[in-house]
Amino acid sequence: MTHALVQAVKAAAVAIAVFAATPSLAAEGGAHPEKAGWSFSGPLGHFDRGQLQRGFKVYREVCASCHSMNLISFRNLMEEGGPEFSEGQVRQLASEYKVTDGPNDAGEMFERPARLSDRFPSPFPNEQAARAAQGGAYPPDFSLLAKARTYSRGVWLSLLDLVLQYQEHGPDYIHALLTGYDHQPPEGSHGQTGLHYNPYFPGGWIAMPKPISDGQVEYPDGSPTTVEQYSRDVSAFMMWAAEPHLETRKRIGFQVMVFLIIFAGLLYFTKKKVWSDVAH
Amino acid sequence: MSGHSTYNPQNPVLKWFEARLPIVGLIHSSFVAYPTPRNLNYWWTFGAILSVMLGVQIITGVVLAMHYTPHVDLAFNSVEHIMRDVNYGWLLRYMHANGASMFFIAVYIHMFRGLYYGSYKAPREVLWMLGVVIFLLMMATGFMGYVLPWGQMSLWGAIVITNLFSAIPIVGEYVTTWLWGGFSVDNPTLNRFFSLHYLLPFMIAGVVGLHIWALHVTGQNNPTGVEVKSTSDTVAFTPYATLKDGFAVVCFFIFFAWFIFYTPNYLGHADNYIRANPLQTPAHIVPEWYFLPFYAILRAIPSKLGGVVAMFSAIIVLFFLPWLDTAKVRSAKYRPLYRYFFWIFVVVCILLGYIGASPPEGLYITVGRLLTAYYFLHFLVILPVLGLVEKPLPLPASITEAVLGPNHGGVSVVPSSSAAAPERRA
Repeated sequence: MTHALVQAVKAAAVAIAVFAATPSLAAEGGAHPEKAGWSFSGPLGHFDRGQLQRGFKVYREVCASCHSMNLISFRNLMEEGGPEFSEGQVRQLASEYKVTDGPNDAGEMFERPARLSDRFPSPFPNEQAARAAQGGAYPPDFSLLAKARTYSRGVWLSLLDLVLQYQEHGPDYIHALLTGYDHQPPEGSHGQTGLHYNPYFPGGWIAMPKPISDGQVEYPDGSPTTVEQYSRDVSAFMMWAAEPHLETRKRIGFQVMVFLIIFAGLLYFTKKKVWSDVAH
Repeated sequence: MSGHSTYNPQNPVLKWFEARLPIVGLIHSSFVAYPTPRNLNYWWTFGAILSVMLGVQIITGVVLAMHYTPHVDLAFNSVEHIMRDVNYGWLLRYMHANGASMFFIAVYIHMFRGLYYGSYKAPREVLWMLGVVIFLLMMATGFMGYVLPWGQMSLWGAIVITNLFSAIPIVGEYVTTWLWGGFSVDNPTLNRFFSLHYLLPFMIAGVVGLHIWALHVTGQNNPTGVEVKSTSDTVAFTPYATLKDGFAVVCFFIFFAWFIFYTPNYLGHADNYIRANPLQTPAHIVPEWYFLPFYAILRAIPSKLGGVVAMFSAIIVLFFLPWLDTAKVRSAKYRPLYRYFFWIFVVVCILLGYIGASPPEGLYITVGRLLTAYYFLHFLVILPVLGLVEKPLPLPASITEAVLGPNHGGVSVVPSSSAAAPERRA
């Protein structure tokens, strides 16, 4: 019996050793993005309105020429917890877009200026058109990208992420990708023709060329017009687009936590009182 | 459910009603007067936590279903509609999605508690087997629920899991086509998964009813594993267990709320925020975390049929546990060897989960096979042999003695709480 026990303990020890050694094995995909630090991280996180407004400007003037954002309506831009443009600004903005509507009474489709309730029009009529214009690559829709992209942090760091509430893998990845175009490919690494080297992209070669350069978008609020700043702003904007109720969620979460902790305390002392005359 | 009710209404209306349908008396005898061992620790609160979680899942699920559209072209966007435009839809969905994980965390703790204290042993075999049935129903429900958002992991998880049935000899392909309602995972599959995902929780609720019934027939096990012998061994369910369970449920909710409000996507997979695309396979297809140990067992066997058989056997073996464990003593507290094997088994299950999340290559395969072998060894060899060779520690004469010391063995030390005293069963 003791022999079997020793065997079992040995097996467990081997298994634990393997468990501990695996993060190195598990490493794959692209280079690890640096944590950029976001106003919306942590239990009291909230968006920076100015940043969301700048991020939207970058999206509109640069990204939107290839990337759709079809889960977002114009009205979302003026809603609480988002960029919070004024209604006038958003109405003006929407009217600058043309959307197809219809059929009208004559049975024909027609174009009209967009309204608040319209979704953002896509730059391409369909996926095939997008691919044809992009040399076969399909620029992903922006609406959920900040939640649909991540990178692996291994078992131990992931457990730490749960405790420290690190949830900004997506924006960190996007920020790193947008600022990662100036690296040289490692010796002997060649992508297919038309691909661009970016160490943060899984596999290292991405179809999207460097999308933005210093000074390309003007900022009315005097923020630096650098790739670094653009990347931060657009990543934050994309996080809002993917999770428009993030601020409400964290605010309610805080209230719920306070309530639950007080309630648990009251229950604990009630329970203690009731059980006080029963040894258990 | 526990013998004759002591419920004796004074109110004439209640009296009239009780004589016609004694349901208030049933509730009273089950959840108020029901005698519960006085020495239960907090591991025993997970039954209450699970009942509450089932309620949370059903309520959030019913409301979500009012806004969800089970169609391959619309499902993904309807979930985003819930997240963006439905009032507090994000809260409902995050509660429901994380609630599934919480449900499994609680059920695993509940099951391991049963394993540690020998709660599956006579006379509680049927109680345990009903629990295994609930576990199976939960797995089916969880799997089908994950398919509904129709993201990449939904689709590809469904493809991998439904393909398992094609391993059945001769009829495998027909069975798979029948399950799919076509020749691939497509709209008919999504439709029936939605229908079944709505149905199964009510079946779970039914079996939970049987589980509680069986529990109230045999009475609860307790940390000593010694049966209740006198009234001094027990306290009334209300207020003692109700308050303790209530406190535990609220603490569990703090843990739950952490996920809902602060890390809502931690237990999900980023790829599931990409609309399902049958033409593009994700780099790694990983099931939900609660299936990972079984997924590792599936992949440990080099043949497809063998893997499927092993995976299902890993759960089926639980049905036979009451007879595989030959020990007469229930609680690991009095089983000096089993105690170690229990913890080794816990570690093996966690490691199997880790292997299930890792790519099936190199060292992972070897370790996965060793762990799978150990999993079955634990049930089929270690438990039967252990009961024959292990020398258990001396058991206390009664629960009361275990709590108050040897001098109190048979003496009735009634807790003098006036609130509970009238409601105690004679």
